[in-house]
Amino acid sequence: MAAAFPHHAVQEKAASGAPAEGSGDMGADRKAGNAVVESENIVAENIVAETAERIFADLADAQTINRDSKGGWKAPLWQALSEAGLPLSWVPEDCAGSGANLAEGFSVLSAAGRFAVAVPLAETMLAGWLLAQAKIASPEGAMTVAPASPKDRIALGADGALSGRARGVPFAKDAGHLAVLAQGTSGLSIALVAASACRIEPGLNLAGDGNDTVTFNNVQPAAIKPAPKGFDQTSLMLMGAVARSLQIAGALESMLDISVRYSNERVAFEKKISKFQAVQHNLARLAGETAAAMTAASSAADTIANAAGFDDAVFLEATSAKIRCAEAAEKGAAIAHQVHGAIGYTLEHILHRYTMRALAWRDDFGNESYWAVELGKRVAARGADELWPLVASR
Amino acid sequence: MTAALRFDPIRLPPECERLRKEVRSFLAEEIAAGTFDPHSPQGGDTDVPGFSKRVGERGWIGMTWPKKYGGHERSFLERYVVTEEMRVANAPTRRFFVADRQSGPVLLKYAPEHIKMDILPRICRGEVCFSIGMSEPNSGSDLFAAKTKATKTDGGWLINGTKIWTSSAQVANYMVAIFRTSPPTKENRRHGLTQFLVDMKTPGIKVNPIAQLTGKAEFNEVVFEDAFVADDHMLGEIDGAWKQATSELAYERSGPERFLETYYVLTELVRALGEEPDNRGAEGVGRLVAQLHTMRRMSVSVAGMLHAGKEPVVEASIVKDIGTIWEQQLPQRVRDLAAFVEPDASNHEILDTVLPFAMKVAPKLTIQGGTTEVLRGIIARGLGLR
Repeated sequence: MAAAFPHHAVQEKAASGAPAEGSGDMGADRKAGNAVVESENIVAENIVAETAERIFADLADAQTINRDSKGGWKAPLWQALSEAGLPLSWVPEDCAGSGANLAEGFSVLSAAGRFAVAVPLAETMLAGWLLAQAKIASPEGAMTVAPASPKDRIALGADGALSGRARGVPFAKDAGHLAVLAQGTSGLSIALVAASACRIEPGLNLAGDGNDTVTFNNVQPAAIKPAPKGFDQTSLMLMGAVARSLQIAGALESMLDISVRYSNERVAFEKKISKFQAVQHNLARLAGETAAAMTAASSAADTIANAAGFDDAVFLEATSAKIRCAEAAEKGAAIAHQVHGAIGYTLEHILHRYTMRALAWRDDFGNESYWAVELGKRVAARGADELWPLVASR
Repeated sequence: MTAALRFDPIRLPPECERLRKEVRSFLAEEIAAGTFDPHSPQGGDTDVPGFSKRVGERGWIGMTWPKKYGGHERSFLERYVVTEEMRVANAPTRRFFVADRQSGPVLLKYAPEHIKMDILPRICRGEVCFSIGMSEPNSGSDLFAAKTKATKTDGGWLINGTKIWTSSAQVANYMVAIFRTSPPTKENRRHGLTQFLVDMKTPGIKVNPIAQLTGKAEFNEVVFEDAFVADDHMLGEIDGAWKQATSELAYERSGPERFLETYYVLTELVRALGEEPDNRGAEGVGRLVAQLHTMRRMSVSVAGMLHAGKEPVVEASIVKDIGTIWEQQLPQRVRDLAAFVEPDASNHEILDTVLPFAMKVAPKLTIQGGTTEVLRGIIARGLGLR
């Protein structure tokens, strides 16, 4: 369907109070333009998100995780997510996945952000989605994607082997396989590669999650097929950027939530600190940044979910989401820490799980400075008088 | 979650896009005919009566009101499109905008039938201009400190006191104002204010324009000395204006006019930087466009909630807080980014003209229609902090 006129019109949204019967099927296909189908999809989206939320609440509670220095929570969480089919949400059933639609998968990522989930869920979803673009079936287990930065290139040689280096690949050390976008002489290909075939230098992001350098030294892929027409590295980066935007927005929701709660409990100068106007105004600003991040991320996700391809509308929405969510992460994390004072700076308190992840996620799939330059160049090339029509088209 | 903020990805429906095209071609005709200059934001505020009437003829004033009163029964989202296109074009909407956004809806809700039948159709035709009498010399953000008194007399009320910072009062036909009809009570300091409709031709009203730092005099001091307002001009509940005021704030606070006031400097920055800006210019433009796009998506989301009959008071306050700060900072960011534009290049003349004006407009944007501090108080209340 045309991206210019998304069907999430208000009238259709208003009809979303429809009963839920028969719509719990995660395999429901993406359909458009019909208010009834639309409302069923919204209900289904909620069921997938609710499943994710329930698993996170049971097995990824921030307090429990924070006390468990050995990471014993990871295996049960991953198993529950896998049993629910969530890591392969975006893989069609004929590629061994759960066949959820894009919107459903995006809602899982928002929930993952709210819980600051530190297992390769988003990465496996992205990898499965990338492989599915070329109709390559996904293996079981954790995956990640390479490249994860717009500046890195993986080359496909005439002998069918991959070479090159991908920096800042999230959770590569934890993954069994990588989904790789590679550039050959006759165009782009998508490959499935065993992690054991690559050289992986481990690294950590701000939050202590895996952020590794992967070197492909004439690596033979386990499967490789041409990328579909029109799909390029920018497409992959934009999809990754929107995933990270949703996670950042989710983390900000939690920062706001726990900061408000803390300010209503903590007493200083003989009253709750929530009664001080300076604190109230800081929290109001945090709410504003959270609102901006939620809006930008969900708008971009909605655009990709309803677009035929990675067109100008997706570019504006996805780059804006990554830029604005990253800016919100910076401002929001600073306020959340300010409200908490010294206790929020301890390892013991859960706040860092959200703030450090939101800040770290800014760097994946193109940071905000990179995307701002790219967006600025496109706006300039269109010309000054075409800027408003572009903004108004969304 | 303690704070259940909602900003769903609501899109404007297809009929809005048809309307947008109509508005754009209408504005292009007006610009071609010399009615106003889109590159002159000063002109955007100029009083151009002919323009208002032509907008009225198109059916773009009172768009959402009942046909019975001259309205057009179109959607709130269609009105949104008209507002944003007019604002971006710097069209001279001042004469009808206040009546369209605020005063008309108040009359619709609280005025007696014969007054509605008399005034609303004239608003829709672009014939009458409204002002809003809220602030007083010692009552600005603290609205409920208002002292201007309405004293009961035969068949009506006598008004005595002074309103101030009243935009458009020098050209307005009517004012919707709040006056004190009773003292505040111990339990409720907001008690005792009543909303009235005032005909500005009433004897005993004197309007003194106040020069602003821009050099223009768009706001005024309005002095009432035994000005008579008839009983049927009282709007709503006696002593209960505070209840009426708060529920309408979401409409006033979340519209496109709350982040597009200085938009023209961004267009002109893009023009001045040219088709191939350096990384510094490109990054700056990219961030500003991302922020603008996000603001607009937030604003449209609130419009969609209003359209669906909800009252997103906190969300609307967030839009105005973030939106007005953005439009206030925009001229400064544009100045930063234009610092390296070649002085001999030919595409920065308009920017050079409009940027100083935007700089001068900027300070008022976070004050008018609810200050940042008041808005953050409302947001804090919504978060459960007070």
